[in-house]
Amino acid sequence: MKSLLTALGLCLTLCLPGLSLAGGLDPTDFDDPVLEQRYRAMLHELRCTVCQNQSLADSDAGLARDLRRELRDQLRAGATDAQIIDYMVARYGQFVLYRPPLSAATFLLWAGPFILLLIGLAALYLTARRSHRRDEQPVADAAARERARRLLNEGKDA
Amino acid sequence: MKRLRYLLPLIIVAVLGGFMMIGLSLDPRRVPSPLVDQPAPRFQLPALEDPERVVGSNDFDGEVVLLNIWASWCVSCRQEHQVLVALANQGVPIYGLNYKDERGDGLAYLRSMSNPYVWNAHDLEGRVGIDWGVYGTPETFVIDHQGRIRYKHVGPLSWQDARDTVLPMVEQLRREAL
Repeated sequence: MKSLLTALGLCLTLCLPGLSLAGGLDPTDFDDPVLEQRYRAMLHELRCTVCQNQSLADSDAGLARDLRRELRDQLRAGATDAQIIDYMVARYGQFVLYRPPLSAATFLLWAGPFILLLIGLAALYLTARRSHRRDEQPVADAAARERARRLLNEGKDA
Repeated sequence: MKRLRYLLPLIIVAVLGGFMMIGLSLDPRRVPSPLVDQPAPRFQLPALEDPERVVGSNDFDGEVVLLNIWASWCVSCRQEHQVLVALANQGVPIYGLNYKDERGDGLAYLRSMSNPYVWNAHDLEGRVGIDWGVYGTPETFVIDHQGRIRYKHVGPLSWQDARDTVLPMVEQLRREAL
């Protein structure tokens, strides 16, 4: 029990810096709460291109900081979300998008899990039907059933 | 048919394994640049060598050039430095973009080694870098005489990269320009 508590405490300690980092990313000074909200939302849409699997919101890399600054500047300048996305994609490619758009190249990525699910369901259905059919088949012929009935009744007679 | 049923898992494992083998040989850091074959972003910046002097993409219009993005804090930039010097000695004009660096550090870096650059633009805040889609130094762009980016190399240039890719490319683009 004690070791469990220690482990739990250790986990919490290790997690805490991460938590405070996410909250304490560079100060934003948007006067407009709508702009602020759009900024927060966009942070999760864009990838930090040097740190593989982190969004701009998660990363404290130098480039992520620069990209956040760029994002703030463009939002203040009145760019629409689509314009900002286009700007980033033109420079960093679709890799910069945290959610890749559906296209011929990403079709398998999006549809793959569903295709696998369908294959699994089909396999399940076929297996179930086969075992069901086996159950339905008469197990034995009339003579065998007669013998079975007699065996079952033996106890009662006695 | 029955034999196939036992072979099927083996085949699936082999196919999955094949994909994983391919995945091992891919480098997730190599992100294809959408800027290749696009007009190079225009820029104007103070020169690293002289803050009063303005340098920019106008300076290499009509020329086949390399733009190299470097910084004094970038270790692999040191690794490729001699390759750049050799390219410059072979007559390839190399322009430098000193990326997110203090002026003093950048100048000291150039003084400590020979300087292959025609000039260096001082991109202290990294804004031009973002415009060029820079995500890791060093990066080297090959720009043709029409001001289009024709090739982008991420990471240090090796002697082999210079000999087999960059030099032939520059020569070919020069022929195109004639």
